[in-house]
Amino acid sequence: MSDAVNEPLDERSRYLRRLVFRAMQGGGRGHPGSALSLIEIVRVLYDDILQVRPAGFDWPQRDRCILSKGHGCLALYAILADKKFFPLEELDRFCRLDAMLGGHPELGMVPGVEASTGALGHGLSIAAGMALAAQRKGEKHRVMVILGDGELDEGSVWEAAMFAAKHRLDHLTAIVDYNKLQSYGPVEQVQGLEPLLDKWRAFGFAVEEVDGHNPAALRALFARLPLTAGKPTAILCHTVKGKGVPMAENNPNWHHKSSFKAEELAHLQSALGS
Amino acid sequence: MRRVCLEMVHQLARSQRQVIFIGSDLGSGTLQAMQKELPEQFFMEGIAEQNLIGVAAGMAMEGYIPYVNTIATFITRRCLEQIAVDLCLPNLPVRLIANGGGLVYAPLGPTHTTQEDIALLRALPNMTIVAPADAPEMTRLMEQTVDWPGPIYIRLAKGGDPLVSRQEDGFRIGQAICLRQGTDVLLLSYGVMVQRSLQTAALLAEQGISCAVYNCHTLKPLDSSLLSVMAAARLVVTAEEHSLIGGLGSAVLEMLMDAGLLKAVLRLGLPDQFPHRYGSQEQQLAGLGLDAEGMSQRIQQRLAGLP
Repeated sequence: MSDAVNEPLDERSRYLRRLVFRAMQGGGRGHPGSALSLIEIVRVLYDDILQVRPAGFDWPQRDRCILSKGHGCLALYAILADKKFFPLEELDRFCRLDAMLGGHPELGMVPGVEASTGALGHGLSIAAGMALAAQRKGEKHRVMVILGDGELDEGSVWEAAMFAAKHRLDHLTAIVDYNKLQSYGPVEQVQGLEPLLDKWRAFGFAVEEVDGHNPAALRALFARLPLTAGKPTAILCHTVKGKGVPMAENNPNWHHKSSFKAEELAHLQSALGS
Repeated sequence: MRRVCLEMVHQLARSQRQVIFIGSDLGSGTLQAMQKELPEQFFMEGIAEQNLIGVAAGMAMEGYIPYVNTIATFITRRCLEQIAVDLCLPNLPVRLIANGGGLVYAPLGPTHTTQEDIALLRALPNMTIVAPADAPEMTRLMEQTVDWPGPIYIRLAKGGDPLVSRQEDGFRIGQAICLRQGTDVLLLSYGVMVQRSLQTAALLAEQGISCAVYNCHTLKPLDSSLLSVMAAARLVVTAEEHSLIGGLGSAVLEMLMDAGLLKAVLRLGLPDQFPHRYGSQEQQLAGLGLDAEGMSQRIQQRLAGLP
């Protein structure tokens, strides 16, 4: 494990979090906790790692990134909007009847979204299929898939893990947002995952863990992919659910929210600036 | 029929490199010739059906045309969410080849038979559902599957079934085929029930009753030109190896009601219960009155009660 998780967030990280809450205020709802633990992961991927083009986003040689934990979509929408895949103003219409951006990402509706997710346990299989297609065609692009820790309860994730290892899909990377808190409560109480590193390793993955809120550490690790030739990679990102908003951190009541009280809004402003 | 279907996948894969076959853990030797000749297009990926559907979706997004094959009920009951979200929602060209539709696996019991596969998939937007009557018809169907834009569910019968389809009728997905003309009764069916329907029509003819038989091989989209044929019949009969809930009988009633056409309809199919019986497909169908004798009696009874 690299650096501690309690470094102060820099302005870019706070800005992307402000975009999350801009969308939540636009839509009057959302999964803030699940998005805030993801911010640095998507920030580093889209700022430094993924080869993508906002204009002509379906460019065939692009790197693919699937947000399998679709309920974290506000983080993805924030970075895609920031990268100009669509206008920032779309955030203000989040979840409205005729909006581009819904409560879970939908393929074909949102530029830059690679698969419709929200039903958990689907993304790794789809990503593995994409990675196998690339392998068979001799294409070099990467396939990244971001999974939630609660999502790892789904048996289909482990079916897909065995498949990826069998086919030696070393340009496939599974990134786990390991924030230790699922909807009902602590992961270790609802359905424990430990020893999680050993599990992925036993399923045939090259595995590393990292502080998922440390951009430099994430950048350095992603730059080393694939970790082992002939093996898919799993990266366990140790994160904090609700990261960056003290009231929301490690608080299951911020998994999903449909309204904010005045003091919560004041708290958001003091934590994230404006 | 199954052998012909899989051999057609091999043949299509030879001419189209984007055609691939994905099986679960099928019988030893399945499509061995394809595995030898086209190993890059052949996959056998284990008893992990949900993953198979997701992988097929991912490959279809990258331009492949996957033909996924396993037992009907394992595809439909177990993977309904993957089919809905990964295949139907993005409308991907994945073909699901379902072994043992209906009571084919009768001796293996209710974990292996399927009576609700069509009902489940018919409710999913973008899904096309086809159940050919015999092996030659399967060949004609498979030729059309390569270019079909969205997902297709292909329901296989037992194999070695009597031939009832005719080359000269051709085959178009979504177009029912008239196999016998008639004026009193219109009998609609698919799969192995087509052959039983033709036998039923012959028995009815002996009683002076004129019965038309249509092969409704495509359950979804159901051929809307059937409406005018149904309008002309005294009695419309549906016969299927599927639950009376949600299959062809239901689709026909929906079509009639939506068109404001009030007709006498007799629906023949599987009751809303698990079989709890074994034996053979043939024996179970006969026990439920779904043989020519039983069907012709039910039709005559119903005709006698009509004004």
